[in-house]
Amino acid sequence: MRNAVCTFCGNVCDDIEFDGVTGKNLCPIGEAKFAAKRRIEAPMVRGRRVSYEEAIEKAAEVLVNAKRPLLYGWASTVNEAIRLGVILAEKLGGVYDQCSSVCHAPSTLAMIEEGIPGGTLGQAKNRADVVVFWGCNPVEAHPRHPSRYSVMTKGFLTKGRQHRHVIVVDVRKTATAYLATEFYQIKPGYDYAVFTALRSIINGHEKAVPEEVGGISKKKLKELADILINGKYGVIFYGLGLTHSRGQDRNVENIVKLVQTLNRHTRYILQPMRGHFNVVGAGEVAAWEAGYEYAIDFSRGYSRFLPSEFTAVEVLVRRDCDAALIVASDPAAHFPKEAVKRLAEIPVIQIDPHPNVTTLLADIVIPSALVGIEAEGTVYRMDGIPLRVKKLKDTGYWSDYEILKLMLDKVIQLKGE
Amino acid sequence: MLHIKNGIVIDPKNGIIGEKMDIFIKDGKIVEEVEVNGCKTIDANGKLVVAGGIDLHAHIAGGKINTGRAMRPEEMRHVRQKTGKFRAAVGRTLLTSPAIGYEYAKMGYTTAIEPATPSIYVIHTHEELDSIPIIDKATLPLFGNWHPVLRYSADKDIEKLKSFVAWVLERTKGYGVKLVNPGGVEAWMYGGNVKSIDDTVPGFGVTPREIITSLIAAVEELKLPHSVHIHCNNLGMPGNYETTMETIKLAKGFENERRQVLHVTHVQFNAYTGSSWRDIGSGAEHIAKLINSMDNVTIDMGQPIFGYATTMTADCPWQFELHKIAKAKWCNRDIELETGAGIVPYVYRPKNPVNSVQWAVGLELGLLVDSEKIAVSTDYPNGGPFTSYPYIVTLLMSRKFREEEMKKAHPYMEKATSLSSIDKEKSLEEVITMTRVTPAKVLGMENKGHLGVGADGDVVIYDIDPLNYSSNDWQTILKAFENPLYTIKSGEIVVKDGELVGETWGRTFWVDARADTTTEIIEADLEEYFNYYTVKCCNYGVKEAWLRNPVRITAG
Repeated sequence: MRNAVCTFCGNVCDDIEFDGVTGKNLCPIGEAKFAAKRRIEAPMVRGRRVSYEEAIEKAAEVLVNAKRPLLYGWASTVNEAIRLGVILAEKLGGVYDQCSSVCHAPSTLAMIEEGIPGGTLGQAKNRADVVVFWGCNPVEAHPRHPSRYSVMTKGFLTKGRQHRHVIVVDVRKTATAYLATEFYQIKPGYDYAVFTALRSIINGHEKAVPEEVGGISKKKLKELADILINGKYGVIFYGLGLTHSRGQDRNVENIVKLVQTLNRHTRYILQPMRGHFNVVGAGEVAAWEAGYEYAIDFSRGYSRFLPSEFTAVEVLVRRDCDAALIVASDPAAHFPKEAVKRLAEIPVIQIDPHPNVTTLLADIVIPSALVGIEAEGTVYRMDGIPLRVKKLKDTGYWSDYEILKLMLDKVIQLKGE
Repeated sequence: MLHIKNGIVIDPKNGIIGEKMDIFIKDGKIVEEVEVNGCKTIDANGKLVVAGGIDLHAHIAGGKINTGRAMRPEEMRHVRQKTGKFRAAVGRTLLTSPAIGYEYAKMGYTTAIEPATPSIYVIHTHEELDSIPIIDKATLPLFGNWHPVLRYSADKDIEKLKSFVAWVLERTKGYGVKLVNPGGVEAWMYGGNVKSIDDTVPGFGVTPREIITSLIAAVEELKLPHSVHIHCNNLGMPGNYETTMETIKLAKGFENERRQVLHVTHVQFNAYTGSSWRDIGSGAEHIAKLINSMDNVTIDMGQPIFGYATTMTADCPWQFELHKIAKAKWCNRDIELETGAGIVPYVYRPKNPVNSVQWAVGLELGLLVDSEKIAVSTDYPNGGPFTSYPYIVTLLMSRKFREEEMKKAHPYMEKATSLSSIDKEKSLEEVITMTRVTPAKVLGMENKGHLGVGADGDVVIYDIDPLNYSSNDWQTILKAFENPLYTIKSGEIVVKDGELVGETWGRTFWVDARADTTTEIIEADLEEYFNYYTVKCCNYGVKEAWLRNPVRITAG
């Protein structure tokens, strides 16, 4: 099939040619996604193979009998399934949380404080003459980002690499740094200070800036401020380097303020480099169904948002949940030890195409069809642009949507509503 | 089958004003009198029976409102309903999708139109529309700053423009053509804006005047059910009423027997005199006079409501101004080569002179413009929540209530507007026209806004006797409109005594205008154009099969 949609990273490239076995136009990580891999063979309840119906029924019982189940994951499935997940959490009085809470949630917090002056990737392609990568490394994490959207691509107004000033700011010389016109290496944890210095220079308070900030000399900072302000249309991409270093959401807030300032002189937009192909959807769907993007508790019969209490890690570490449904994610491999310990204590239901570390501590395992290869649905690219991922080949596996649909029906039935 | 007996019907479209009569609904439609045996009967003796309300302009779905939700968790702490038989519903002025459907039904509204979708985000808009229970809906894609539209308008190539409009409506499952600050959003990509309908759009040598008239010509030739729907240039700025008047006059060159050729939306925001915030005043009288003298332009109010609001519009340059004026957080999204979007929270304060003027201007328009030419709206959530429609209607109906409310406003309002000198009180018939008949006519929805045979079985019963009420008793009017005795959607009772009792899923209307056009003439342009897109042409848009309940309407 031509123009298939890749379901690995936030790029969501929609020009894949897939012949049923291998795909063209795929980057190395996309290739890995499309390559045949070990699958969970059949639905299992405590190691015993059962039918889908039986596994789902048992899962529904576990969830209904729990006081406050945690429903976590969602970034690697389609919106249709996510929507059912949010409704399921509401019906169960549980907690809905998604991968953002250990990833780009500080961006959401910054948006709550200041908003995000953003734009689509097409703006980088068509208009940007200054492109900044701050604390992100697309060459390794979003491999086709530079060629499709931001660096080498030919746009309507910006006709190619030679017309773009590419700046990389990072704590080490990443692979992306080799694409840059200028590379600025800053000391780890000093992003906030560097943003403040740049804002000061742009706002005409140069005198307040010391001779060196975060390992960059004042002269270099002035150079950087000049490049930024002389751009006709600039795009700043940032990554986990900001959200997961000292300052977290405050770092993002400060870069937002920098972009606000730049917009008083020229045009700039800011775009987070979101990881999973539908991590944006996992937040958006929850927002329209329940009002918030992540860390949502339904135990009072309506939605409440409190990142310090209702994110998956917090709920697990505080032992505030007594069952977990993990969909399309692997918290056991990525969460702190204390959280994983709790996960091992409580009944865990997993829905996933592939076995992973979480499978080892799951009581009920339900294999699902691979989204974008064996199952269709809607996903949101890192800039929120929706794309319909396609079903490219048949499978005997149920899709996440089908599994969750039956699970929701069973839960409603068991609760007698 | 449903039989509503003894109600006092106001159905202005069919010339029925306060007559005692029975209404029958079968298979979701109004029918002639049928065999009443075994049929569910509602006794509406002495109560007002009308068609379901229609909101022709409310940002109820899509990227803008959802970004608003994510950026404003403070909005969501207002709990409207806990989970149970129905979904939990939260939100103060920004509501969740389930809350939107429930709240519309709870004030007797059964249809709402999402009026501004960036086409590239249209799947998202439809996903959200499909998550809103009960009401019927449709969405209008944005055209006013889209590169092919700018190019075809500059070339005065109406044939290609027609083909492009038809192609977009099919791809997006859109209902009509929306323009927001035509040309101004493209100028914003360079940090600018356009200041009048004769400014040139950078890079295209085209003016807003040309964009607007070209699109009106295309829409009229395609015979779309809905006319061009425009958010004028210079929104929000003192002195902008002149731009609005000039825009309205552009309709003079066009004619349509069935409906208007231009719908100017949330006119309140575009009806100010003055040269700065210090001498802002009302241009409502000028605009009302012009609208009343023409028969091919309609408007909606865009009434601000004192209290919280979240402004969201494709008018990015204005949103950046508002971010600076209000010193509030600001989301912006520049969207490919199509359009943009901006979101800024806002509070309309009665003690603020400018906000008081805005409040009065909306009401002046509502009172001075003929009811057949103006619809009630708050430009939700820009002016405030749509749940304030009963409040607006009561203000229009009762001078006494207006006097009470005017006391809250800043005294500058007296000086800058003529609201306090307007004695007009709209009748029940007139407000039913403004909330049902006019929006249905503006949208070209023949089966909506009335109770004639064949109309949709969307009926509301309000606890007010149309033959015996006093406009001074505004409390009774307000209470009646806030708490319908019954809201019936396609023959199903969804609200009883102001409480939700049923949940249905409405339809999504879209317009197929491809019959008289061919995509052949624009194919080469599209091919070139999609080189500059980040989405393949074949992956662009939405298929009918992905929607919950699509209804295709053929243009012509």
